[in-house]
Amino acid sequence: MEALTDTTVEIDLSQSTVRELNAELHAPTSKSYRVSNSRGLHSVAVGIKDEIDVEIDGDVGYYCAGMHQKGNLTIAGMAGPGVAENMMSGRVHIKGHASQSAAATAHGGLLVVDGNASTRCGISLKGGDIVVKGNIGALSAFMAQAGRIVVCGDAGEALGDSIFEARLYVRGSVASLGTDCIAKEMRDEHREELAQLLKDAGMEDEANDSKYLDSFTRYGSARTLYHFNSGE
Amino acid sequence: MCGIAGIHLRDESLVPQLGSLMYEMVEGIVVRGPDSAGMAIYGDRERLPEDYSSVSLLNAPEDIQQRLIEKLPDADVGIEELAETTFIRAKVKSEELAEVVREAAPEAMVIGTGDDSVVYKGVGNPMDLRETYRLSEATGWQGVIHTRLATESAIDAEGAHPYSVGNGLSMVHNGSFANYMSVRRDLEDKGVEFDSHNDTEVAARFIAYRMEQEGDDLDAALKELAKTLDGFFTLLVTTEDGFAVARDEFATKPVIIAEHPQWVAMASEFQAIAHLPGIEDAEIFEPEPGKVITWKR
Repeated sequence: MEALTDTTVEIDLSQSTVRELNAELHAPTSKSYRVSNSRGLHSVAVGIKDEIDVEIDGDVGYYCAGMHQKGNLTIAGMAGPGVAENMMSGRVHIKGHASQSAAATAHGGLLVVDGNASTRCGISLKGGDIVVKGNIGALSAFMAQAGRIVVCGDAGEALGDSIFEARLYVRGSVASLGTDCIAKEMRDEHREELAQLLKDAGMEDEANDSKYLDSFTRYGSARTLYHFNSGE
Repeated sequence: MCGIAGIHLRDESLVPQLGSLMYEMVEGIVVRGPDSAGMAIYGDRERLPEDYSSVSLLNAPEDIQQRLIEKLPDADVGIEELAETTFIRAKVKSEELAEVVREAAPEAMVIGTGDDSVVYKGVGNPMDLRETYRLSEATGWQGVIHTRLATESAIDAEGAHPYSVGNGLSMVHNGSFANYMSVRRDLEDKGVEFDSHNDTEVAARFIAYRMEQEGDDLDAALKELAKTLDGFFTLLVTTEDGFAVARDEFATKPVIIAEHPQWVAMASEFQAIAHLPGIEDAEIFEPEPGKVITWKR
């Protein structure tokens, strides 16, 4: 691959198609991109697999940043259903709200949502991390197998239903816990893990505030529904 | 899959802009339903002056105006054809107009009646139909648009939403109902008549029945619907004084709501409401599963 330029490439989605944008991002010529006029389009910036910075200056529709790897993607507006679905690594930051199924089945990487994330956030999470500064909706972390979810606000009904080994940290209230999901003790390693996730999400002050860390409760599996060697 | 968008204005000063706001909403939901589109508009005084009522028909006979003038010589009967819809207005109450129209043209299907509302339905791309419906010129205090991708019945104007069954009551639906035939039989036993084979019509007639016969308000009728009808749904129900959104127990179909001091809006995708004035200050949320939310004028 040729050396990437440092000059930010501007792509205007009122002039280019999503296919053209994604083709460029799959074989990047630059280290950074700025995308304008996304206006709720679907499948924007799907399949990034290089260490590039991409800034989307608006709202996106369904499945933005699907299968994301390595790159650093920022969405200045709202994200539709399935944002960062099956993310493998890298970082996706949504400055607005995220719709349902955010980071569903994510294997790695970090999704940061400054607003709220709707229903089914982190459903079937497989190792990715999610930090939501607002609230998350009902049925979140359903069957989540691995990874961590931090919720600085409240969680909706049936949190962590049939959860495996994902770890959930919720600061506010939980409307109800799903089957086999229970509150657990916060040991030192969990406080460290929580502080690190907050730092990764850019919440340095909160990560260093022990009272703030104290206000979280950890949730996870009661391990009565499945019988693998859970390790922990 | 279907697209829904609706807006309920709280600030009278926006009434002249209703149509231009709705015109742009179509762009945000057209990808979800490109085969047909319908809409309902409440409070458009140019289309429906004060003291006039409206009836919308499908399959109207060519001489419908003549037939109506004979029966209502002093009611200033007006007719306009918009896509498959024949829109009729006259200076009588809607119950009377609907009865006269049914007698005069029994072969036609009534798809909407109202004292403050108009309903249009048609087959075609919603981006073209918004021109046919003269949407950008519309005024009023409330409006609903539906773009359809047919699943449960054929692509025709009968299957397009909204389903407008009571006086001014309109329902648009994204989803499908599983047990609608048994609910329909139950309603038919109680004397309710149906126009189409569509599942959404059953839901609309269920709501109308609950409100007219059981004395429910819109909120109570929708809660009863959620108990009785089994299926996937995001529903927007509008009446001549209200606006309500309901969602099934698993929130299977998308919906986003924005609430602003000057207006309330809902849509299947955020993009349909992103252009609304003051959206950056609106409270934006996706309703929880199984919830019914109502606003009254």
